[in-house]
Amino acid sequence: MTAPGDRLGPTLFERSRPGRGGGKVPHPPKGALARIPASQLRADGPRLPEVSEPELTRHYVNLSRLNYSVDSGFYPLGSCTMKYNPKIDEWAARLNGFAALHPLAPDDLAQGTLQLLWELEQALAEIGGMQAVTLQPAAGAQGELTGILMTRAYHRSRGEVERTEVLVPDSAHGTNPATASMAGFKTVSIPSAADGGVDVEAFRAALGPRTAAVMITNPSTLGLFEARLGELLAAVHKVGALAYMDGANLNAIMGRFKPGEAGFDVMHFNVHKTFSTPHGGGGPGAGPVGVGEKLLPFLPSPRVLREPDGRFKLEAEGERATSIGRVRAFVGNTGVLVRAYAYIRAHGGSGLCEVSDDAVLAANYLKARLRDVLDVPFDRPCMHEFVASSATLKAQTGIRTLDVAKRLIDYGFHPPTIYFPLTVEEALLIEPTETESIETLDSFVTAIERIVEEAHSDPELLHSAPHNSPVRRLDETMAARQPNLRWQAMTGGQTPCPE
Amino acid sequence: MLPQDLRYTKEHEWVRIEGDLATVGITDFAAEQLGDVVFVELPEVGRTVAQSAAVGVIESVKAVSDLFAPVSGDVVATNTELATKPELLNSDPYGQGWMLRIRLADRTALDGLLDAAAYEALTRES
Amino acid sequence: MPYGPHTPEDRARMLEVIGVDAVDDLFADIPQSLRTSGLGLPPPESEAELSAHLLKLAAANRVDLVSFLGAGAYSHFVPAVVDQLLLRSEFYTAYTPYQPEISQGTLQTIYEYQSLLAELTGLDVVSASHYDGATATAEGALMACRATRRERVLVSRGVHPHYRQTLCTYFGGASLVADEIPLLADGTAAGTTAAGTTDLAALERMLADVDRPIAGVVVANPSFFGLLEPMAEIGRLAHAAGALFVAVVEPVSLAVLATPGDYEADIAAGEGQPLGMPLAYGGPYLGILACREALVRQIPGRLVGMTADVDGRRAFVMTLRAREQDIRREKASSNICTNQALCALAAAMYLAAIGPHGLRDVAALGAARATELELALAAAGAPRLHPGPYLNEFAVRVPGAPEVHRRLLEHGVLAGLPLARVIPDDPSFADALLVCATETTTSEDIAAFATALAALVAEPQVGVR
Repeated sequence: MTAPGDRLGPTLFERSRPGRGGGKVPHPPKGALARIPASQLRADGPRLPEVSEPELTRHYVNLSRLNYSVDSGFYPLGSCTMKYNPKIDEWAARLNGFAALHPLAPDDLAQGTLQLLWELEQALAEIGGMQAVTLQPAAGAQGELTGILMTRAYHRSRGEVERTEVLVPDSAHGTNPATASMAGFKTVSIPSAADGGVDVEAFRAALGPRTAAVMITNPSTLGLFEARLGELLAAVHKVGALAYMDGANLNAIMGRFKPGEAGFDVMHFNVHKTFSTPHGGGGPGAGPVGVGEKLLPFLPSPRVLREPDGRFKLEAEGERATSIGRVRAFVGNTGVLVRAYAYIRAHGGSGLCEVSDDAVLAANYLKARLRDVLDVPFDRPCMHEFVASSATLKAQTGIRTLDVAKRLIDYGFHPPTIYFPLTVEEALLIEPTETESIETLDSFVTAIERIVEEAHSDPELLHSAPHNSPVRRLDETMAARQPNLRWQAMTGGQTPCPE
Repeated sequence: MLPQDLRYTKEHEWVRIEGDLATVGITDFAAEQLGDVVFVELPEVGRTVAQSAAVGVIESVKAVSDLFAPVSGDVVATNTELATKPELLNSDPYGQGWMLRIRLADRTALDGLLDAAAYEALTRES
Repeated sequence: MPYGPHTPEDRARMLEVIGVDAVDDLFADIPQSLRTSGLGLPPPESEAELSAHLLKLAAANRVDLVSFLGAGAYSHFVPAVVDQLLLRSEFYTAYTPYQPEISQGTLQTIYEYQSLLAELTGLDVVSASHYDGATATAEGALMACRATRRERVLVSRGVHPHYRQTLCTYFGGASLVADEIPLLADGTAAGTTAAGTTDLAALERMLADVDRPIAGVVVANPSFFGLLEPMAEIGRLAHAAGALFVAVVEPVSLAVLATPGDYEADIAAGEGQPLGMPLAYGGPYLGILACREALVRQIPGRLVGMTADVDGRRAFVMTLRAREQDIRREKASSNICTNQALCALAAAMYLAAIGPHGLRDVAALGAARATELELALAAAGAPRLHPGPYLNEFAVRVPGAPEVHRRLLEHGVLAGLPLARVIPDDPSFADALLVCATETTTSEDIAAFATALAALVAEPQVGVR
């Protein structure tokens, strides 16, 4: 077991001492568990750490300082939309009326939250140009699964069980093919065209009576709007397949393009991207799914409904036999949805359009500024993000994208997404978002310029970067060959319970 | 230096033919592409495998690759040492890093394998 | 736009550098025929207006009732330090820790979470989090299918109905089969403490069908009905048939109850919400998924491991990544990407704040309050539905339960859950309420419930249906 360096503090387990902590809840009366057979009880108490509240506070405050975050700096992580997370949204989710409401509370007690969910569904349906929205999926990937399971149910309802394939471009997020597999489909990977867009001819060749759906990320993972989308959607529908839109990149196109109106049958939203609910170090998010006419009957249950008298209710158990069923317990990541709702109301329709305009403006500005510094493989107007590449730099200096990314850390920036999409060599996928000032964008350009200079003058500095971070490059091979996934020497909790 | 006495596949595997036994591993080129190998999953001994079927998995830190059966037959042995020392695929791919041994069902399949010169040409292209 | 920094001058300068006249020009790639203009949504709201509106909506919910509602989501005391620390925006505004050098805070907290839950469950490996208890259960059952290369699992009807439904949704997609194990009905088990628990004889029969080999047996402890199941016996039966044993658990109960490790479960799944998360109308919660070490390559979701940096100092990193969708794509163990990391952090903070003795106190105090509740309700005319051992949740029999439940709301009492609402297809639950007590339940709460209930039960019209 490795020892902590000077920047990382000890773990909770190393901080534990018998007798520390306590005082949070009253002690139970003696014999509280006497009615439970001994065979059902745990022999010893759990060896959880015993720490005092001041130590606990310092533990987490000091750990938090080892993190880079949107609140501390620029986070141009392509395809992740790391925009500012408004504080009123945090405040709203913590309001007791929202936070203390039980998910099985009768509808009469839940009118506020039900109204919020219903209105959020309406707003997302408008943004997506869809007929209806379910808010249940807990994340984008679960939204994809929900959408593809509905697609499956749709084809089965028509007796078309031979539709076993889902077509996915090779530039897609890994969740797309993984989702197709989870939903019982075979993924057919379609190579991208030379201009980075979907290869409509390749799709046409692969489309047929076995095609259940096509999953398209638009704008694409290269940050480009799929210019031949109309042709592609027509071809998909001609063979009786459905078109799924991965809404990961929706931040670019609000108000200017509505997937449902363009012909997509189903899409998901990433509220933790477009609608700025915080990423939380990996989650939670929410992945609402919008559907057109064809998939309406298959939406997961329960739906939120509005009665003619204006009251709101949840669909009853088993009320809609065509539903694909539940995709989770209860009704959704409601606390996350409260934040998204607040974000949408703060912006209104006009503000959301401005969000997209400014996101696209910032990305194009950054691309124009970096064009002479790095390779920009697809040099035409981009959407909210763009792909750069260090391929030329690597050829000249041996410096790889990984080294550039690690050196950016020393300059105080979070690196862009690297080595994605898989179709571009030495890729950096850069997404500035609309909430970064021009000064921030300029200072990022300056950092990249300096790094490129360093690549020529002092490549070792980059190979060994980062130098200023809490830890330096990690031994990921050791982590995977000898996995240490839990603290082994647990202590604590073994002293008798204080009475 | 590519061993000249082995046969190769387009999936970057090598095959050593001794009588009706075929010993299989991955090439140095493949190991380098994968990076540090951290885990190897091999088929159980006794399983009958068909040529080109996926019979195992090779994982590195940031990549994963299927192991395909280069020939049809019965698996008669696997390299159990790889369970604890997957790094042998990187350090000695043609020796201690061998992966499995198949008793050939049919020698005609050998005709589809590449010789060292053809494989070398293949890796130069990629 | 409320959070945008650009002045008109900034925009003009950016357009100039880009070399276009207007932002519209940047959208030239969108074909004319597919363009829309604007959104049919209300105008922007100032923060003052927005906060007033949100306060009004929150106030339209009723959270002031005395509540005995659990059924998979539980009201517990959460130490103030937990939420204060969760508000550290270095945690909540960070992304997934793909750059470990500047994500050690998130990474170490996940490693600590994994360690804490490994200790609670008695198992070796804990995923960094799943969406909720239902999806963790479904993923646990899928793991069993992958590990055994079998296509059928058996799920006890004592598992939360939402979890069973979710599992069916996931299994339908994968063309796998989930069969239900019945519960011992009152008729066959009348007078025995086994009534309402998983029917072991039926389980044994289902496991004996050699034509339909079973990948996994999924049983909850406590069950949805609050009952303690014969987990050790179920595990033995499953293992004898070559199946894995998937235990669905509630984490606070694991401070006092036998653990999945104790009864040799292979996989544990559960809902982590009781560990410091608010009820929040169903989420975000925390899917707990744990397994024995031998199954580590089958577990879906992120894992964090301890390693060293190039200077040999301790550091943490996401590991065994080749299981995941961004690397293995269509062959990944799951499509999960975004998880519930901040909820796992909340759980770790809660466990560290409450401590080992505190967690046992929470569990035991809930049991003590539940005993009090049981006696009070029985005296008020609502005896338990099943006689067997329970921890802090149980079903009671009340004639006309849904109507009684509705009437009690008028008395300020949220009398648990009418079981007919979630299990409408089983007449044996038509007259049952599922109620729970936790350390937050007071004697006054219990008295208010019992008094109101006694008055209602005494009314002749209630109960006649």
